[in-house]
Amino acid sequence: MKPKTLFEKIWDRHVIDQPEGKPAILYIDLHLVHEVTSPQAFEGLRLAGRKVRRPDLTIATMDHNVPTTNRSLPITDPISKKQMETLAKNCKDFGIRFFDLDSPQQGIVHVIGPELGLTLPGKTIVCGDSHTSTHGAFGALAFGIGTSEVEHVLATQCLQQAKPKTMEVHFKGRLPKGVTAKDAILALIAKIGTAGATGYVIEYTGEAIEHMSMEERMTICNMSIEAGARAGMIAPDETTFQYLKNRPFAPKGEEFERAVREWKELRTDEGATYDHRVEIDASQIAPQVTWGTSPGMGTDITKSVPDPASFATETERKSAELALEYMGLVPGTPMTEIKIDRVFIGSCTNSRIEDLRAAAKVVEGYQVAPHVKAMVVPGSQQVKKQAEQEGLADIFIAAGFEWRESGCSMCLAMNPDVLQPGERCASTSNRNFEGRQGRGGRTHLVSPEMAAAAAIKGHFTDIREWKYLGKERETHATT
Amino acid sequence: MQPLRQETGIVTPLDRANVDTDAIIPKQFLKRIERSGFGQFLFYDWRFDSKGNPDPSFVLNQKKYEGSSILLARENFGCGSSREHAPWSLLDYGFRVIIAPSFADIFYNNCFKNGMLPIRLTSEQVDQLFQKAYRDQPYQLTVDLVEKSVYDQEGLKFFFEIDEYRRTCLLEGLDDIAITLQSEEKIAKYEEKLPDYYAIAAK
Ligand code: SF4
Repeated sequence: MKPKTLFEKIWDRHVIDQPEGKPAILYIDLHLVHEVTSPQAFEGLRLAGRKVRRPDLTIATMDHNVPTTNRSLPITDPISKKQMETLAKNCKDFGIRFFDLDSPQQGIVHVIGPELGLTLPGKTIVCGDSHTSTHGAFGALAFGIGTSEVEHVLATQCLQQAKPKTMEVHFKGRLPKGVTAKDAILALIAKIGTAGATGYVIEYTGEAIEHMSMEERMTICNMSIEAGARAGMIAPDETTFQYLKNRPFAPKGEEFERAVREWKELRTDEGATYDHRVEIDASQIAPQVTWGTSPGMGTDITKSVPDPASFATETERKSAELALEYMGLVPGTPMTEIKIDRVFIGSCTNSRIEDLRAAAKVVEGYQVAPHVKAMVVPGSQQVKKQAEQEGLADIFIAAGFEWRESGCSMCLAMNPDVLQPGERCASTSNRNFEGRQGRGGRTHLVSPEMAAAAAIKGHFTDIREWKYLGKERETHATT
Repeated sequence: MQPLRQETGIVTPLDRANVDTDAIIPKQFLKRIERSGFGQFLFYDWRFDSKGNPDPSFVLNQKKYEGSSILLARENFGCGSSREHAPWSLLDYGFRVIIAPSFADIFYNNCFKNGMLPIRLTSEQVDQLFQKAYRDQPYQLTVDLVEKSVYDQEGLKFFFEIDEYRRTCLLEGLDDIAITLQSEEKIAKYEEKLPDYYAIAAK
């Protein structure tokens, strides 16, 4: 048999029809739904008199719009409220399982999928959200779709898809101490550009990836879309299986053992080839900070804001000029001298328990700089509860952080968590686009550790030189 | 979906690379549950100042581009979020064609679902069009999806490539859900063999 890549194995297994001269029809195993990209899809179904084909394979929650302050208070924004009520009604009308605002399982859709064991190796997973690529960390083929496609999947449990190309991103060696998965993916995007993987599905391989926990792998796959990729994926291994064991919706007992035996086949065969290959020396990666308005505009913490003149093409020079103007930065300024006003620790990239443990470890024993307003927004209610049980919430609160309810929050600032014009924010989220966190707001993407350290110092600082005051804690131990 | 065969219109040049969907339609407008009425919010933060007054330096506010139906842009147009509100707002504003050297995947796909045509030309060709669109008089271009070309009255003519299936769907305004449902039998058959451990029930 012809050797296949991980992607090809999952793809081939899910193509149910390949009509002549048309895209493949791909079966979808799991469809995640949230309040922002679904109302028009349900409306479309109603107009056409169609039903949801597999409500049992569809799961909904609310995350983008939700307030992160006290949940017992009424929602003040009437349009947000309407959108949330619309989702609740749609789920009820069409028989879809729904984790409502007051549910203990509520959270960012890409945090709760894995946490609940809904995300499993070999599945095809879609959601009306570009960061669906997160779920690829489990060896699933997971990608974001638009609202018309949400409607398509609701109606047919299938999608029409042209077969993407494959790219291997190989991280050789190990990440140095203080350098995280977030730095690895930011370094990749800085290297290949925000359109570097357009049209491709990335498979991440190499020693650095193999040694990562599931949560770190999710951070990597999450930001695949920021390199333009259709999806990102990592072959499942013992780390994956251990993580999934005993998750609420994961198979149990003998069924789990059988599933694992099948999932072990989900790896790229010896001799299989990718359409493109990129290699990165993980041991050479330094903590990253972005300086511009696109995730590819990043550099090492030890470096300075670049001079637009140093870029190769006219388009790049112009983009850099516009970005620096928006960001209010002067070329040549050392990254460590950039002062910040706000810190946001959260988003589907970095709001899981390990992220919070890592940030708390940095913060413990310190106080947030007087001019900085800092907040932690856990990715889900379960993460929040666990962080409170482990004492992490107390550490953040004692240091002067705000401790919030779960949701997307200031990652896209659809709810009241918004940057003011000109405010500069160290953010653990995934996008530093103009206005993303609030009109005129300036976003620098960093790891949770780097964000925590910036909150304390009031400016960016090299986490590798951090003096830890707290007691030793296990960062990666799973629950 | 409204079919598209030929479109003649004024070209608006938007001279920026990596225009993301957050810029096309900022998040505060994603709370609406309707599919229509998004045109007024298109490029909101660029089009209007913080008090809501039009910024005269932004292209969409310049008189000569009024009524334009063809948007000219740079590399990686439509990157970022999957929000289909981006094509909805462009379409509602009046754009039916977007020309750029490259597009982000999800955005590219979303365009076709809404009867809009994203056209990839080479950077050199796009440069030429920018030069013309910058002149004092409005610059008109015709896009012909039947022969896969764009041309003007001055003898310029470029051909572009496009997936045949997407082209047919757009030419005829086809509903792709109905097309997939033609494979209903195969879907049902496939579902009989779904792994039992993928069934979602609290276990
Ligand atoms: S946390 Fe941010 S990137 Fe993630 S799903 Fe929410 S809005 Fe999107």
